[in-house]
Amino acid sequence: MKPLAASKSRGVKRSSKSSEMARDFLLKLELRSHPNLLCVVRGAMEPLMDTLGFSAEECRAIIRGVDEAVSNIMRHSYHGRLDQPIEIYCSRLHRGVNSESEQGVEIVLFDCGPAVDPTKLTARPLDEIRPGGLGLHIIRGSMDTVEYKRAGRLNRLRLVKFAGPCGSPSKPVQEKPS
Amino acid sequence: MKISIRRVDQATILDVSGNIDMSNSPEVRKALLREIRENSVSRVVLNLTGVAYIDSSGVASLVEGLKASRESGTRLILFGLSDSPREVLKISRLVKLFEIYDDEQQAMASPTPSN
Repeated sequence: MKPLAASKSRGVKRSSKSSEMARDFLLKLELRSHPNLLCVVRGAMEPLMDTLGFSAEECRAIIRGVDEAVSNIMRHSYHGRLDQPIEIYCSRLHRGVNSESEQGVEIVLFDCGPAVDPTKLTARPLDEIRPGGLGLHIIRGSMDTVEYKRAGRLNRLRLVKFAGPCGSPSKPVQEKPS
Repeated sequence: MKISIRRVDQATILDVSGNIDMSNSPEVRKALLREIRENSVSRVVLNLTGVAYIDSSGVASLVEGLKASRESGTRLILFGLSDSPREVLKISRLVKLFEIYDDEQQAMASPTPSN
């Protein structure tokens, strides 16, 4: 499978502000857009997040966020086609906050589906009792940062989770654009 | 993921094991709706003891089951939720919409809620 996002999120990058944010590349997954592979992604994430020292609750949140993100790509970006490429890059994040160090993980997903209209990236109101439309809400409820952007011909979804209270509001992430 | 079905008194119990995600949630939806719509039982009970993970498509199947149960006057009851399924229902703000019990004994003994 030809790489979608060469060099993106790879290696070690540091911000210009000394040690405020550092990123260490850990893992890359390449998969086809087949729903049977969702369990493989979850199976890869669980021990990795455990290794990074996240609590059990945080591990479940990260697995949930990544799984929903991949499912969204399969359903909405590739419209159920089973043979389309998806890439997932995982990096360890460190950031200095008030002279203390916080550990986190950054997960960046790439797909080559059509560009997403950002105005449609809104979770539906939860007071409506109806099936469907929960995926984005679950991703946002599970991760600290959720960012989408179009990167050339690719969709890029960036998820960040720092160790800390699960479901806490998004924390500002200081980093130099890569 | 496996679903097996038991009849106990006037109830149907669906024992589900494995993870529920986009690859198999249509099976859960189909089994749930069939039991609610086609069999005249007073309660349909979903045993999720063996389910470690449910994604949004699985949650959507449960919501469809809930709506169908309300239409048909059947009670839909869940029990045996582990941490992850419980968390996803909480995030979706659906946890209070479902009748949820810890185990089968509680689920079967539970009185019909008064409206």
